[in-house]
Amino acid sequence: MGPGIIEVFLQYWPLFLNGLIGTLKYAFIAVLFGSMLGIVVAIINMSKNKIVSTIGSIYVNVLRGTPLLVQMYIAYFFIPMAVPALSFLSKEQCVILSLILNSSAYVSEIFRSGINAVDKGQTEAARSLGMSASHTMQKIILPQAVKNILPALANEYIAMIKETSLAGTFMLYELMYTRTLLANKFLVWQPLFIIAGIYLVVTMVLSALVRAMEKRLSVSD
Amino acid sequence: MTDEMKLIIEVVDLQKNFGDLKVLKGINEKIYKGEVVSIIGPSGGGKSTFLRCLNMLEIPDGGHVYFEGEELDANSTDLDQHRQKIGMVFQLFNVFPHLTVLDNITITPILEKKIPKEQAEKEAMELLETVGLSDKAKEYPRKLSGGQKQRLAIVRAMAMHPDVMLFDEPTSALDPEMVKGVLEVIQNLAESGMTCVIVTHEMGFARKISDRVLFIDDGIIAESGTPEELFDHPKNPRTQEFLSQVL
Repeated sequence: MGPGIIEVFLQYWPLFLNGLIGTLKYAFIAVLFGSMLGIVVAIINMSKNKIVSTIGSIYVNVLRGTPLLVQMYIAYFFIPMAVPALSFLSKEQCVILSLILNSSAYVSEIFRSGINAVDKGQTEAARSLGMSASHTMQKIILPQAVKNILPALANEYIAMIKETSLAGTFMLYELMYTRTLLANKFLVWQPLFIIAGIYLVVTMVLSALVRAMEKRLSVSD
Repeated sequence: MTDEMKLIIEVVDLQKNFGDLKVLKGINEKIYKGEVVSIIGPSGGGKSTFLRCLNMLEIPDGGHVYFEGEELDANSTDLDQHRQKIGMVFQLFNVFPHLTVLDNITITPILEKKIPKEQAEKEAMELLETVGLSDKAKEYPRKLSGGQKQRLAIVRAMAMHPDVMLFDEPTSALDPEMVKGVLEVIQNLAESGMTCVIVTHEMGFARKISDRVLFIDDGIIAESGTPEELFDHPKNPRTQEFLSQVL
């Protein structure tokens, strides 16, 4: 059996802490860049041009309809080969890129519903004033949509915190990777429970924060 | 109608369908500079759809709309330019809730007409003064009453210096005590020489301020004339029936 969970945690907590920092960092990068890309995908998806919107929906369906782990393997092995322009990316960066792409597909759907939820009268008012379509989207619709979808984006971040655990498979130093590090020291079962506990605490705390944010947002309406 | 009067809007055989429903069945109309034209008629008769075709918020299925001599085309990049000269006020105000009262007014002149910020704000403050809202400039619209929101929406459109103002049932969503203030603002505009097209259920108001009244029913202009002609001596039986119900 070896040492207990608490002993292992007390001895190796800096490893877990660094792992957690890696997890939060990768999840943040994925959602931040995923959001930027996601806005573009959402707008492509909502295009009146059938060909353009079909490309958008294929993108979303492929990324949402296949496992992230598979996407990571493909990114890890094939992105530098298949896309020469991206060959400067390290293996690690390819895995992060797959996180970003995956997140962008989910975020684009969040944005799409957020944009659709903004009253149509807002677009009509802006366009009737002579505001261009792109200014209307940037200055009138998106600011209102973002406010509506902040809780959903935060939930995407929480989901992404769990998804990044797959990145440990590719030697990215995040929380799950500490299991590999400690397995080398013949500590097999203790780290798993410590890792699970840390994920649980972090996601519960963040979920509580999201609920508080939702409450505040609904008050300001 | 004298020859010197300048044609602002000309509508030729305008048609609009929603699915199988023919909402506008061929409307012909000319609106001249400085005219105040009210549009009355039963709900579902096509009044609002007609008005919304005048700035292409609804894209017609047939016919033509000319604004100051140029045909409006929903697919043309010039449309935004034309729309800057066609102000519109909506039943539900459609003020921008995420912008302050002042920014609601200045955002489009700054973005689309490249007016310097200070100048746009100075002008916006003057406009707010005229509708009694200058003390609300820094507030967000949620702090405003319905009547105040609608007055904001009117000056927001005015800030673009339009040549014509379209009003789509501007007082229908207001509490009764708010109606008067908004109608006064519209009346002041009309008396200042602004060309106005007003879809309204306020018959007394339409009668008081209009040069002409159009009665739209079942997708056509069933009758038009001066307020006296239309309200006192309606010729069309449908106009008579409608007026007997609402007056």
